[in-house]
Amino acid sequence: MDIVIVGILLGGAYALMAMGLQLQYGVAKIMNLANGEMLVAGSFAAFWFFTSAQVSPLLAILVVAPMAFIFNWLVYKIFMRYLVKKARSEGQLEVNSILSTFGQSFILVGLMLALFGGEYFSYSYLEKPYTLFGQPYELNRVVAFLFAIFFCCVLYFWLNRTRLGLTLRAVSVNPEASGLVGIDVPNISALAFGLGGAVTAVGGSLLSMFLTFDASVGVIFTMKALVIVIMGGVRDIRGTILVAFILGLTETAVASLIDPGLTLAAAYLLFILILLFRPEGIFGKRST
Amino acid sequence: MKHRENYSLNIKRRELYGLIASIFAFGLAATLPIFNTGYVLSLGVTIVMYTVLSTSWALFSGPTHYISLATAAFFGIGMYIVGGGLEIYSFPILIAIAGCVGAILAALIGLATLRLSGVYFVIFTLGLSELIRQLVTWAQTTMGTSSGLYVLIDVTESQIYWELLTIAAFVFLIGWCINRSKIGFALKIIGNDEKVARHVGINTAAVKIVLFMISGSIASITGAILAPRWTYIEPTIAFSPMLSFLVVIMALIGGAHRLWGPILGVIPFALCWDFITAKFPNQTALMLGLAFLLIVYAIPHGFAGLGEKYWGKFKHWRDFRV
Amino acid sequence: MSNSVALSFQNVTKNFGGLTAVDKVNFDIRDNEVFGLIGPNGSGKTTVLDLVSGLLRLSSGKIISYDKKISGKTSAQIARRGVSRTFQLVRMLPTLNVKENIASGGVFGFRRYRRKELDRKVNYMMSQVGLTGKGMLPITMLTYIDQKRVELARALMSDPKIILLDEWLAGLNPTEMKIGINLISGIRYEGRTVVVVEHHMEAIRSLCDRCIVMNSGQTIAEGKPNEVLNDERVISAYLGVGNA
Ligand SMILES: Nc1ncnc2c1ncn2[C@@H]1O[C@H](COP(=O)(O)OP(=O)(O)O)[C@@H](O)[C@H]1O
Ligand SMILES: [Mg+2]
Repeated sequence: MDIVIVGILLGGAYALMAMGLQLQYGVAKIMNLANGEMLVAGSFAAFWFFTSAQVSPLLAILVVAPMAFIFNWLVYKIFMRYLVKKARSEGQLEVNSILSTFGQSFILVGLMLALFGGEYFSYSYLEKPYTLFGQPYELNRVVAFLFAIFFCCVLYFWLNRTRLGLTLRAVSVNPEASGLVGIDVPNISALAFGLGGAVTAVGGSLLSMFLTFDASVGVIFTMKALVIVIMGGVRDIRGTILVAFILGLTETAVASLIDPGLTLAAAYLLFILILLFRPEGIFGKRST
Repeated sequence: MKHRENYSLNIKRRELYGLIASIFAFGLAATLPIFNTGYVLSLGVTIVMYTVLSTSWALFSGPTHYISLATAAFFGIGMYIVGGGLEIYSFPILIAIAGCVGAILAALIGLATLRLSGVYFVIFTLGLSELIRQLVTWAQTTMGTSSGLYVLIDVTESQIYWELLTIAAFVFLIGWCINRSKIGFALKIIGNDEKVARHVGINTAAVKIVLFMISGSIASITGAILAPRWTYIEPTIAFSPMLSFLVVIMALIGGAHRLWGPILGVIPFALCWDFITAKFPNQTALMLGLAFLLIVYAIPHGFAGLGEKYWGKFKHWRDFRV
Repeated sequence: MSNSVALSFQNVTKNFGGLTAVDKVNFDIRDNEVFGLIGPNGSGKTTVLDLVSGLLRLSSGKIISYDKKISGKTSAQIARRGVSRTFQLVRMLPTLNVKENIASGGVFGFRRYRRKELDRKVNYMMSQVGLTGKGMLPITMLTYIDQKRVELARALMSDPKIILLDEWLAGLNPTEMKIGINLISGIRYEGRTVVVVEHHMEAIRSLCDRCIVMNSGQTIAEGKPNEVLNDERVISAYLGVGNA
């Protein structure tokens, strides 16, 4: 029971993080391997606001989100757009965007190391027990979970109910046809890329409320987000959310039942099983 | 304009010159331990190690465009095989075992991921060394007492250097044979257009798996050879993800589309890296990042591509001057 | 002409998500005939060829070639059984020269050539399709029609039993068209079965023994070109979509 609840609480933030990557990969068609660094940057921002100005991480989000949006939007406009234009094939774009975002991730790590140093960081915010089903849990986990779920829902309804959201989904399904019906695909892609970065950074701010982090931990989160997005079926948000919870549960179970050092190994074993048996993802449609 | 004839076995004069030049270069490189057995030799070992790893990486990734980040995993496994098996088998046998295990692991990874798109492959290999590292650490702490292994064997730095140099020669030989063989032709077709490759009857998955096995096996052998350099090996040393990144960068900066490309990247980058890690240890991540961006935005075909471009221009100028 | 069936389509269906591109199609293509596959744009002709060549997997039904099931096999396996094709949009191998592009068809497929023999076969194919003297050119320097020639030569390199041509004549001018028609009918006299997807009615009349008309994924008429092209349903299918 304990494992289930802790796992679900963790899964909320994972869902948010993975949705950010999904927007970037699904709509803008860029597999952003600097996604984890964006998350860590969100964590550092929340940490900085809290320790230097006593600003609650939940309020910090109001600054983190627009900053991350602008940063990622610029990254798309400056670095990624050029690659999209230059690419002669999908494969070439894939390789180039992988290499470019790897480069960006290392540069972000380098910058964060220079700014904050290489130690581990954490802060205590809302570190009170909160009783759920007769068991005490840390309040910060519960609050972070509720916020994550709130943002997921907002994003989900925005994508499904608003005009702009539907435009994004159209580009995700078929960029060429979207271009033909008058959608400004480059700008929508930049928007999705920026939005994805913002969502991930918010996920990072929420995670920082209860996890310890350091400048170079981003790659671990990138891997988790990638595993979630691919397992969930690249275009399906519901799949992503579900898999995020599965991953949260699996990690918590492995960490408490076997060994905390094996969490990533657990994620990868899940990933391998999916690759072997359902490469299109749990909810992905089997294509050609 | 010269166009090489594929899939024929007559040796051209230009290739003969290349062969003689490489034999000469290898002979020259082999004399290094005579002159210096200190810092220069250890730098030499590093450079030859990266030459082997990057060149064998490019054998697979150059034509297929699959970016493998599994080098560290293969390398670490090779190290651990030597570390764990020295009490039972002799060193040469362990090297052979490392090669086989590397090949088998590569085949398994290939079967699971190479049917799918490149993204899956990168992600999978990115996590692989971390996965194996976690498993090894866990296995050691649950079964044994210590988290590392002692490699107590009397091998000098010079011997390691010569062993690596032999492997390097072997890698170049394999690469050269592949380029001239049917499988090399198949790889070129796959690199151009995989759909066409399948439609002319190439079993693309099998070709890719075979190449990945060769590349993985060589990385494991390299790890095995280098194991005695550390007397005590730990999972964090053996499975350092940085190794995979460095190999990718060096190969791409040099030019992965030519057999001799990666070495053009290895020499300058290894020297730079040595300098940076010694003088600015906190800026290494920044340097890796810049190197990646350089590859994508400035020299997409590496130094080899740059050289070929200017050589082409020079020839054009020479031929049309008259 | 023998009686055996080169390709037999049995309830062949292909869905793309909600769209049924090929809908329970049944017909046979006989050995050594030139068979036409016609119909307005988007009617599913290319998809049928993709299903035969293994580029796409069938949603249901099966395809049988010379009494052996080929649906479910990979493209490479199908190619090795003697089925080769060209693509509606030419697919070249840009870093290879003309000779190498053509040679690629004759090394791994149904019939495999080596060394001297390969060279001889490539030269022969180049003279057949009219590319003599262009062997060493980079493929990117060729005109569109020459690239089409390369693709045809590549498909013929493996001496296939069945060859699928997807709008190979499209985009050619009248003189080139005549040469093209002669080329294709030459292929059938080498004993191969030829499946052509074409829009050009004259080409179909002069080339095909039989043909089939598709509309929205279904076959709406089958028979000799003259009968089929005068069929009312066919005319209305074409006019209905506004395509001639
Ligand atoms: N890969 C695909 N995904 C989704 N729809 C497709 C795909 N390929 C073809 N279609 C659709 O299938 C139908 C048939 O296409 P096609 O076989 O190319 O027609 P034709 O060759 O007769 O012009 C069209 O409506 C087309 O949009
Ligand atoms: Mg078509």
